[in-house]
Amino acid sequence: MGDKADVWQGTLTLMVLKTLEAMGPLHGYGVARRIEQTSGHLLSLNYGTLYPALLKLEQEGKVASEWGVSENNRKAKFYRLTRAGRRQLAAETRSWEQATAILARFLAPSEDPA
Amino acid sequence: VSALRAWAWRVLGTWGRSRRERELADELESHLQMHIDDNVRAGMLPEEARRQALLKLGGVEQTKEAWRERAGFPQVEQTLSDLRFALRQLVKSPGFAATAVFVLALGIGASTALFAFVDAALVRPLPYRDPARLVSVNESPADTPQRRTPLSYLDYVDWKRLGKGLASLDVFTGTGYMLSTPAGAEAVPAARVSAGFFRTLGVAPLLGRDFQPGDDAPGAPAVVMLTYGAWQKRFGGRADVIGRTATLSGVPHVVVGVLPQGFQFALRGRAELWTPLLPTGGCEQQRSCHNLRGIGRLRDGVSAPAVDAEMKGIAAELERLFPESNRDQSASIVLLSEEVVGEIRPILLMLLGGAALLFVIAAVNVASLLLLRSESRKREVAVRGALGASRARLVRQFTTEGLVLATLGATLGLAFAAAAMRLLLPLIPAEMMGRMPYLQGLGLGSHVVLFAGAVSLLSVCLFSLVPLLRLPSGPIREGLTEGARGASGTAWRRFGGNLVVVELAVAVVLLAGAGLLGRSFYRMSRVDLGFQPERLATLLVAAPPARYPNGPATAALARRVSDELESLPGVESVGLTSVLPVSFNGNTDWIRFVGRPFGGEHNEVNQRDVSGAYLATLRAKLLRGRFFSDDDGASKPRVAVVNQALVRKYFPDEDPIGKRFGDIRLSPGSIKEIVGIVADVRESQLDVETWPTVYYPFGQSPNTEFSVVARTAPAPASLLPALRAAVRRIDPELGVVDEVTMEDHIADSPAAYLRRSGAALIGGFAACALLLAVVGLYGVVAYSVSGREREIGVRMALGAQRWSVYQLVLGEAGRLVGFGMALGLALSIGAASLASKLLFETAPWDVPTLAAVAATLAASAMLAGYIPARRAASVDPMVALRAE
Repeated sequence: MGDKADVWQGTLTLMVLKTLEAMGPLHGYGVARRIEQTSGHLLSLNYGTLYPALLKLEQEGKVASEWGVSENNRKAKFYRLTRAGRRQLAAETRSWEQATAILARFLAPSEDPA
Repeated sequence: VSALRAWAWRVLGTWGRSRRERELADELESHLQMHIDDNVRAGMLPEEARRQALLKLGGVEQTKEAWRERAGFPQVEQTLSDLRFALRQLVKSPGFAATAVFVLALGIGASTALFAFVDAALVRPLPYRDPARLVSVNESPADTPQRRTPLSYLDYVDWKRLGKGLASLDVFTGTGYMLSTPAGAEAVPAARVSAGFFRTLGVAPLLGRDFQPGDDAPGAPAVVMLTYGAWQKRFGGRADVIGRTATLSGVPHVVVGVLPQGFQFALRGRAELWTPLLPTGGCEQQRSCHNLRGIGRLRDGVSAPAVDAEMKGIAAELERLFPESNRDQSASIVLLSEEVVGEIRPILLMLLGGAALLFVIAAVNVASLLLLRSESRKREVAVRGALGASRARLVRQFTTEGLVLATLGATLGLAFAAAAMRLLLPLIPAEMMGRMPYLQGLGLGSHVVLFAGAVSLLSVCLFSLVPLLRLPSGPIREGLTEGARGASGTAWRRFGGNLVVVELAVAVVLLAGAGLLGRSFYRMSRVDLGFQPERLATLLVAAPPARYPNGPATAALARRVSDELESLPGVESVGLTSVLPVSFNGNTDWIRFVGRPFGGEHNEVNQRDVSGAYLATLRAKLLRGRFFSDDDGASKPRVAVVNQALVRKYFPDEDPIGKRFGDIRLSPGSIKEIVGIVADVRESQLDVETWPTVYYPFGQSPNTEFSVVARTAPAPASLLPALRAAVRRIDPELGVVDEVTMEDHIADSPAAYLRRSGAALIGGFAACALLLAVVGLYGVVAYSVSGREREIGVRMALGAQRWSVYQLVLGEAGRLVGFGMALGLALSIGAASLASKLLFETAPWDVPTLAAVAATLAASAMLAGYIPARRAASVDPMVALRAE
């Protein structure tokens, strides 16, 4: 466990939004599992931290929630992306790609002789 | 937008909380179940599956807590719970709460009330247009430029013509009129002003018109403007008052305007009628007759000192042109606000300083009580700390408690301040109030409430800081084990002890001041007046000179007033005088004795013109010769009665009866013969010896204004209306004012009023100071006892008696009281010696007064020491030892 990266602030929201976009309506547990799987189990995610993040997104109107039944017949609260959520996802994705592109250029091996 | 939306959600989240919490619990439960299902499917045992699921979640309670932080405003909720807790704490110790709130309210109330006076007088601008550009324009003796003296009319005209720095210059002077009303004539204070006066101030009339340039020219029709108050009170507030005629001292005036309600003019505050100043009087035609005060409006960009310099130049020029009348007449131009409040400013600031001191002492006292309490709550704080309350959390709780105390104190303090203002305002005599019209707006305005808020905030800071000093910064364990008191405790005790000594000394000084003034007032009421003031009713009659133009007419009126009033039921005898006794040394005459060498010296004596029955009505004591009779009229030889002081000074070893004196030229008509000697009647103020006095018969020296003195059988106050009515029956045009009993006249005379009101005012401050000192003493002694419970327990276990414990604690209180009292008594003797002018037949070290002060202080201080002493003596040695 010690080798796994922690989820750093801000990215969790993006991961949640992206997961919901990819998977459609999903409960908290499902979102957590999915994030872990997608990261190839490289992330150490406390599932509990997900719930304040989901609450914040809901308060901001980025996601909506309703009670439903899970695949193995358990009562669960399902979250789905709203239109505002999609807009935010698109915007954040763009800025994230930009940031990583810039960083990548910095970290790429220099072409000039030292 | 989404941030706003989230905020709204959170606010709403504060409500419907339990339902949403349940929903979260359900959600987490289903989360766990799904996770356990997965784990079991992966091959775990159910127990292990659950453990892993919980581990992965990071704990149910932790998740809920994190969720809560996000769901509402935990800060607000915590504050609310802190508030509830603080209130509960106060309710639990009502004695502490009541004392702290009351002391704080006293401090805040006193400082707020005095600030309200300062605000009304010094902070709020004068109610004129652009008041910062208004100046007061006066003459000034060249050798004492700080004195401001009146202008003469001709100087005013020249200043106005030659001065360039003022956009306008106008003058006013006080006067009074007898206003004819259906119920008879009434004396009304008034002012005469040049036509531009109200325009210079920037005041527009509410009704009608302002004075116009022609109104103050010779021969202009007589017009008058009314204040709002006069319009309401004397003209029934009727809208058609404009154009009506008012008869002022027998001359009809047309009412042309009514001034707005808020109008005030402190330099002539009581004036109700305003008339144009016509340069037709005798005074206005002489450059040496100074009867006017000027106001001016500065031109833009010109400063008051610049105009001062300019006018001084013009005055020097006038001095060169008119050397006999304008010798040494310079000019003085200061801001109008300086003229209006300049004199009262240092007094008010000093009072405000005193009130600030009172507030600081009150706040420190409450802080010391809080400290005492935090001492007994050390364990509670330690337990909270041990249970995980962070330091910041504890700070918040103490701050909240301070806030609650300060809020309660400030609220009560504002109520105190409002009550104090309502009580103090009527105590200011009408005449003084006339000079301070700005005090009419006194009240809890926005400035005042803001001030109270700032003061309360200051106390909140102090109150939350003090317990923090005692907050354990090191390991919490110390608090749990009742560790030894740290160095800060000792430092506080020393500071608190010194403070209490100062408080006690201040209380002693104030108590002694009030006591000495009170005793002076008492002594004054025992002064030998030379007459019997009981059952005497007095009033002042003013006859319009137009109706009583000469001596015989006035003498006949006086005779008639005497006779009519004497015939009233209940009236025993009636006398008339030009000046009531217990008024002043003044209205003097310079005399020269016949047959004595005369070198032009000023033999100045009080002159009183009295009716035949006056001295007998007063029951003054005739020592030799005779009093006047009504036969001593204008056609008879002129006579005089003199008082003992005159005999002592001018006839030390001669019999004055039959001796004659006259004016300084001994003109034939002025020679009088002394026919009687009266034991000194107190003509002067009570604190001043009466000068040599001569009494002339009214018939030989009549006045159009005279005071009536009636000796009555029933209480004199009950006869005042009948006396007034009887005078009015004689002639409705006679003015009747100042109806008062002789005893009230004496009690309200300036010398007595000064001591009485001074004693009351200082007594009020002294009561506050004493209360604060006693609370402070209690705080310090109780704090010291609270730290010595174990020591006392050990002493008692070793055989100390209860009385010796009392001795221990009261001894500590007694030491502080002893220091405070010694310091206070020394200071008060010093202060009283400096202010010995105010004392009357009372030494600054008056033993009975100081003894009473010391006894009062000692008794109150012992009470303050007794409460902690009893607590100390009731310490159960076993309990105290076990706490070890």
